[in-house]
Amino acid sequence: MNLLDIMTDPNTRWILLGTMFLGLSSGVIGSFAYLRKQSLLGDTLAHAALPGICIAFMLTGVKSTSFFLIGAALAGLAAVFLISVLTRYSKIKQDAALGIVLSSFFGFGIVMLTQIQQSEYGNQSGLDTFLFGQTASMVMSDVYMMMAVSFILIFTCTLFFKEFKLLSFDPGFAKGMGLPVVFLDYFIMMLIVAAVVIGIQAVGVVLMASLLITPAVSARYWTERLHIMVILSGIFGMLSGVSGTLISTSVNNLPTGPLIVLSATAWFFFSLLFAPKRGVLSSVWRRVSLKKNHSLEQERRKGRYTS
Amino acid sequence: MNDFWIILVGALVAGSCSVLGCFLIVRKMTLIGDAISHSVLPGIVLAFLLTGTRDSVPMLVGAAALGLLTVFLIQLFQSSGVQADAAIGIVFTSLFAAGIVLVSLYTQQIDFDLEHVLYGEIAYTPWNTLTIGGIEAGPKAVWIVGSCFILNLILIFVFFKQFKLVSFDPALAAAMGIPVLLFHYVLMSLISMTTVASFDSVGSILVVGMLIIPAATAYLLSDRLSGMIKVSIVVGVLSSVIGYYSATILDASISGCMVGSAASLFCLAFLFSPTHGLVSRLLKRRKSKERYA
Repeated sequence: MNLLDIMTDPNTRWILLGTMFLGLSSGVIGSFAYLRKQSLLGDTLAHAALPGICIAFMLTGVKSTSFFLIGAALAGLAAVFLISVLTRYSKIKQDAALGIVLSSFFGFGIVMLTQIQQSEYGNQSGLDTFLFGQTASMVMSDVYMMMAVSFILIFTCTLFFKEFKLLSFDPGFAKGMGLPVVFLDYFIMMLIVAAVVIGIQAVGVVLMASLLITPAVSARYWTERLHIMVILSGIFGMLSGVSGTLISTSVNNLPTGPLIVLSATAWFFFSLLFAPKRGVLSSVWRRVSLKKNHSLEQERRKGRYTS
Repeated sequence: MNDFWIILVGALVAGSCSVLGCFLIVRKMTLIGDAISHSVLPGIVLAFLLTGTRDSVPMLVGAAALGLLTVFLIQLFQSSGVQADAAIGIVFTSLFAAGIVLVSLYTQQIDFDLEHVLYGEIAYTPWNTLTIGGIEAGPKAVWIVGSCFILNLILIFVFFKQFKLVSFDPALAAAMGIPVLLFHYVLMSLISMTTVASFDSVGSILVVGMLIIPAATAYLLSDRLSGMIKVSIVVGVLSSVIGYYSATILDASISGCMVGSAASLFCLAFLFSPTHGLVSRLLKRRKSKERYA
């Protein structure tokens, strides 16, 4: 299949649109997560979705995507609440709280999965494939929902940009200015929950984490200003979504989710090497030119003394 | 007898993970176990493609190599200015994605059941026995995980002072002439070895849970690193015993129940720890308020 065929195929066009919006919104919200040192929140929420999905299946008895999404979102909210309680009311640090919530939710999820397996519900095979994500199974309504959620995410991030910026860099000062810090804290985490939940279906829980982290880190290499970083990170996310989808449709039998992640990683390496100021090549160049200047200077001094 | 073997393997995994977990908690790098258990996937697939067998030795070697690579890459990105949590996230998600792509590229013709090759199930450990010279010497998992446990204990015990200083104050450690980076890599290799050796026999969720939860519980119960390590081993062993019996009552996944009981023990510590618990701090506050009034 060449590029034109891909562009004209309506099914691929929908998938392309969906992954594009997914990358855009997770890139934007991911840059706040990165600055707040909550990059692995996506990983935690993605694992924590398992018990939510199991409970949704046990209660309704049907394998329906919308019930699964609701279950995953509720489990994500519970996880966010627990993380914030753990860090606020004990000396447990953020990373440990993320790890505790991740492993205990997933452990309880596995217990529920075995319960479902042994009970009258019978076939549970759909539950774990849901966790690994299947981009090819995306339909128009899913894409519409992704678009709606990413519009809401981007709109809220623009609206609350000043508050989020303050909260990311100096929460103490934000509190002193009278901002509702606890509320805003929950609010950002809820936006991340929304991004993770709509992404689960497309790229799977394990890889959803990467869409929140990698574009933000890549964007950080290029700029020192937050608004440029957020925009760049959205663009990097979008590019990874598009290039991953295009590669997976042009090469047979390759899963889309992992390819999106790998193209995000490729963008990360590109930024790591070629970014001005912070990139590897530019710092090597700076060192070399500094050395050269220094030796030129030495030469000149030597010449002055001898003459 | 089978009960005993399963509980023993669970307790050994819990013990060796929680010793290392204490250091991860104080270094704020707890999610590294989760990262390693995902990022070894391409190593296992490559080992399978190169040797063509499903023998566990080459797969373990491949997994261990990728575990070390993960640790090395995380350290590299971190020293180039990426935050620790984001470095962990980038490395493990991209390696895991590369693993999945490898699986779907090369192993479609061959029957390669990921879940069963990759992640063991603790319930089957008693039947996978090791025979040395015709004598049956107990389950293989007991030997593998047991030797990991002993190695961890010996190294941590011998170099306790160094590990402690490197974890709490790397600058001071460097000034005192302790090779900080070397000890960092020793600790990380121990973690990657323990993770790989244990998930082969008991499944990854048990490893990830046991690296974090017992150590965090001990963190709330003790203020000294040596005390924290002892408490975390006790918590880990307790949760594997409780987990096994609750799994037989509920008829559910044993590893899931072990992690679940560790989580319940953590909740108890979070609420009722004598020094850092929520309830005890509230009581203390009320008492001092009354005294003030």
